[in-house]
Amino acid sequence: MEAKIARAPGKSLFRSDAVQKLMAFAGLIALFVVFSLASPNFLTLDNVIGILLATAVNGVLALGATFVIIAAGIDLSVGTVMTFSAVMTGVLVVFWGLPIPLGIVGGILAGGLCGLVNGLVISKMKVPPFIATLGMLYATRGLSLVISGVKPIYFNDTPEFRQIAMGSALGALIPGLDIPNAVFIMFGAAIVAGLILSKTVLGRYCFAIGSNEEATRLSGVNVDAWKAAVYMVCGMFAGLGGVIMASRLNSAQPALGAGYELDAIAAVVIGGTSLRGGEGTVLGTIIGAFIISVLANGLRILSVPQEWQMVVTGAIVVLAVYADIIRRRQ
Amino acid sequence: MDDILVLMEGVEKSFPGVHALSDCRFELRAGEVHALVGENGAGKSTLMKVLAGVYAKDAGRILYKGREVDIPNPRVAQHLGISMIHQELNLMPHLTVAQNIFIGREPRRRVGFVLDEDEINARTRQLLDMLHLQQLDPRTKVADLTVAKQQMVEIAKALSFNAEVLIMDEPTAALTEAEIDDLFRIIRQLREKGVGVVHISHRLEELKQISDRVTVMRDGRYIDTVRTQDVSIDRIISMMVGRTIYETAPEVPDNADREVVLEVKNLNRGTVIRDVSFQLRKGEILGFAGLMGAGRTEVARAVFGADPIDSGEVYVRGRRVHIRSPLDAVRHGIGYLSEDRKRYGLTLGMDVENNIALAAFNKFLGALGWVNRPAIRQTASRLVDTLAIKTPSLQQQVKNLSGGNQQKVVIGKWLTADTDILIFDEPTRGIDVGAKSEIYHLLNELARQGKSIIMISSELPEILRMSHRIIVMCEGRITGELTSAEATQEKIMTYATQRSSVMNADLTLQVPAEPAQPRSL
Repeated sequence: MEAKIARAPGKSLFRSDAVQKLMAFAGLIALFVVFSLASPNFLTLDNVIGILLATAVNGVLALGATFVIIAAGIDLSVGTVMTFSAVMTGVLVVFWGLPIPLGIVGGILAGGLCGLVNGLVISKMKVPPFIATLGMLYATRGLSLVISGVKPIYFNDTPEFRQIAMGSALGALIPGLDIPNAVFIMFGAAIVAGLILSKTVLGRYCFAIGSNEEATRLSGVNVDAWKAAVYMVCGMFAGLGGVIMASRLNSAQPALGAGYELDAIAAVVIGGTSLRGGEGTVLGTIIGAFIISVLANGLRILSVPQEWQMVVTGAIVVLAVYADIIRRRQ
Repeated sequence: MDDILVLMEGVEKSFPGVHALSDCRFELRAGEVHALVGENGAGKSTLMKVLAGVYAKDAGRILYKGREVDIPNPRVAQHLGISMIHQELNLMPHLTVAQNIFIGREPRRRVGFVLDEDEINARTRQLLDMLHLQQLDPRTKVADLTVAKQQMVEIAKALSFNAEVLIMDEPTAALTEAEIDDLFRIIRQLREKGVGVVHISHRLEELKQISDRVTVMRDGRYIDTVRTQDVSIDRIISMMVGRTIYETAPEVPDNADREVVLEVKNLNRGTVIRDVSFQLRKGEILGFAGLMGAGRTEVARAVFGADPIDSGEVYVRGRRVHIRSPLDAVRHGIGYLSEDRKRYGLTLGMDVENNIALAAFNKFLGALGWVNRPAIRQTASRLVDTLAIKTPSLQQQVKNLSGGNQQKVVIGKWLTADTDILIFDEPTRGIDVGAKSEIYHLLNELARQGKSIIMISSELPEILRMSHRIIVMCEGRITGELTSAEATQEKIMTYATQRSSVMNADLTLQVPAEPAQPRSL
């Protein structure tokens, strides 16, 4: 006997894009439940705040990467561009003594500039995104060291700078609930990213280019220019990530940043954005970023060595994509 | 004088190694349907792509409404009112109908960058209503539509530019008859509005129905423009090929009692292959006819082990076999020649001899796994002779050969691998006329030698000319079988459009796949 599942014709649940997101969200909840049961130290306010804070930087980087990946590209340089932006903020604020807001804007623009270069190399010089952004990864890593003189730049004379990420506007309102601003900056950035993606021309062209680049070109869209813009937006998110990072550490650490791009891409992919382009959501990316940090945090609390945390993260990334492939096969 | 919308004169275009257009002319009037015909490679699409701004011309001039214009990109063409629907549909499958139609010129809200989705949907609704496509929802994702509906979306998109010139490159290739009628209704509607429609097609009967004038091209040159009602189809064909073609009936060997070399029973795969059973005899050429998407290629790939199946049995020479991969198929002597030989049939950057040896390298291995080049060379040179492959040397890279010779290299590859059941998927696609008849000759010769051949083809004359027996498919099912004596184009088309239900194609597609039956393999 075969069991037949009755389903409303034309409305197959498996075809809806929400499923991957639901699966990712269910996965996140499951992790929370498992870790809460496994250790009493997991579900505490301090630890949850720790997880939120740990997600902030990767979340922002992953938001930028989401744009690029939806447009069927890839950006390997988000981690080191983040560092470069942090160093530039340090230069502006510490070395040049400019006001902090200018330092923030400068950091974000520095990131945007790196992204723009990526975008132009890819669209005008036709260098594959993997190579172009690999080049940018090395270049920004080197530039960060050169500009900083291979030393961290400390924001010791400007204590307000640290408050950007680590202060808690919420804690000031509700004593005890000291969720750092960095977390809200990330959620704010997510809302902005979500609006760009669903409501603006840039977002529309991300999906169009990722879905069928040639058709988009033949429709009269200036694909080269929009591609450059997409990478620039990604760079600006990386720049914002750099500012948060610098504020959190109260310093620009020029040697940091390598490996962050992989966490960002992993978050995007776990969140259901297809590397082949054309689909993806901001909500998925944020859930993906949380899965990665909950995993790291939970395993650490269970005293799993860091090396093994990496193995588990790797397995989760592959499983998430495999689950997506299974779903599509239905 | 009628309104002449477009006049192209002395148009030249070269691609590396190919002189695609030489001294071409074309004239289009307002309110006419102008058919553009010619064989594959005659330059029809290239000429129209010049007009649509996809390619830049090397020389010549284009007059649009009497004024000389320069059309450097599709955007300029669209602004002038020239829209082209390309042969391969150019839609973004992840976007909705409305988003596709207004891509590149989305209505925005007052705040600069923000899209006005309601406006996009409303305007699309109007446009679709104008085309009497009330059942199409602007918010449907294009990936969820049938090919025919996607085509309608392309037409709606072209019209949304207020196109005065609409170029359609083989719009009917993938459509059923009912869908073609629908398309023609829309084309006539456009003609009445004064739009100039260019219709590129291989189906000459169709041109008789729909077109006012015909322009014939051959080998990148302009041949003539005539009024459709003044010429017969035979006359058009002879202008296309430059000579009169005699349809030769296949020589059907008496093989009713010959050994059955391949038998497929109750093959199923989701909704694309439904309960397919057939037999192939030794020395037989079995034609598989049907419209695009009928499931012929899918059957071939399933038999060859390239795609998994849900259920079904395959027998080779009477023995039940389990083919789970192409490697298994080759071991049982089955070779598959893909319709896209450049992607699936050849390693283009490698030379002739290595391509020939590719499917059977273990035959050319010496001690310790060294490749025995002299042996490869010997086999390759023998095959180059017997198949009459035109190549300057065995070391020539395959990408530098013509389409016909590339196809012969693929055939040589499968012969080297000792396969005697050969599945040819569109064996003459993209091959010029002269080479076509050579390929036909070769297929007949192979059959005579006792090879068994399945030939999938969308060209009815080819099916009729070559097949000893014809199987017709529609929507994943076998809907008919004809002997070569009883087969006619009309009979084949009747079977090819025999749908299992009267449901409209949309619904059929959206019915979820039947639950997988237990694998019996």
